[in-house]
Amino acid sequence: MARGINKLRRAYLLLSLLLLFFSAPALNAKEAQSTADDPVIEARLRKLSQELRCLVCQNETLADSRADLADDLRREIREQMKAGKSDQEIIAFLTQRYGDFVLYRPPVKPTTYLLWFGPFLLLIGGLFVLYRYVKQRRDSISDSPLSAADHRRAAQLLAPASEKEVP
Amino acid sequence: MGRYLIPLVLFLVLVIFLAIGLGRDPHEVPSPLINKAAPGFQLPQLKDPSKSFSAEHMRGKVWLLNVWASWCVSCREEHPLLLAYSSAGAVPIYGLNYKDKREDALAWLGDLGDPYVLSASDTDGRVGIDYGVYGAPETYLIDRNGVIRFKQIGAVTPDIWEKRILPLVKELNGQGNK
Repeated sequence: MARGINKLRRAYLLLSLLLLFFSAPALNAKEAQSTADDPVIEARLRKLSQELRCLVCQNETLADSRADLADDLRREIREQMKAGKSDQEIIAFLTQRYGDFVLYRPPVKPTTYLLWFGPFLLLIGGLFVLYRYVKQRRDSISDSPLSAADHRRAAQLLAPASEKEVP
Repeated sequence: MGRYLIPLVLFLVLVIFLAIGLGRDPHEVPSPLINKAAPGFQLPQLKDPSKSFSAEHMRGKVWLLNVWASWCVSCREEHPLLLAYSSAGAVPIYGLNYKDKREDALAWLGDLGDPYVLSASDTDGRVGIDYGVYGAPETYLIDRNGVIRFKQIGAVTPDIWEKRILPLVKELNGQGNK
């Protein structure tokens, strides 16, 4: 009796798994549609949009963002790619409209020199301060040679116990 | 004494930088479009889609382009001000109805009043992308030569209207009379 129920249960499980398996493509159909049309362009779009900032939620890339504007911009980029534009041309198109801020990797130019080279300046400054500090400490330690009396005392202290003079 | 002075100065510099950083709104991205030609467009008018409106049409006029949508909360906040400024008549205000449904937009104007000479429908947001719109409301002041002279991201406030927009409108209108 118990075995019969078990068998029935297993059959149910199998059936529902099968059903799930066959219905999954239907559930995904909407999402898959947009990526199915050209895998090369979709791969390029994903790569490029990871370099771009979503203007609405500024800590997200255009690839990750679910904002409306990000959708529109992805559509725009996809269309421009289909029209044969290069990544550089598309980046130029976006920076003309939204400024360098859309780029996660800001370009090296006079206004961003401080951003790019500032950390190295700080590093050099830190090394200089460290050098000055170490040098100053070294200078403050004066070399005073031991006198003959000091030598005798040190030798006495370091001598093995058996040779030590008992005071 | 001197050994405490250096950390104190460094600390004060840091405080100044942080204070400046706090006062800034990270959502105000400087627009690269200032002092550049306003992107051209031709869009159907909201109230009568059979007619179109183009930016080129506005050559020779100083005008405001206000990007709005019925789903935009700050637009609602800004709206009474625009109504007042529009009836004062210092500068014509045109609307760009951004990513909106026509019936929603019309109902919105019907409920709250229409400050715009006319609104153009940018249903899919393409013109918005050309103008670098990333959050409505945004307002552009465009001069007689079709050059964007000022951009306000977010709602226009009385302060900005009095201190930035109006003086610039006067200046731009004065230039043409020379």
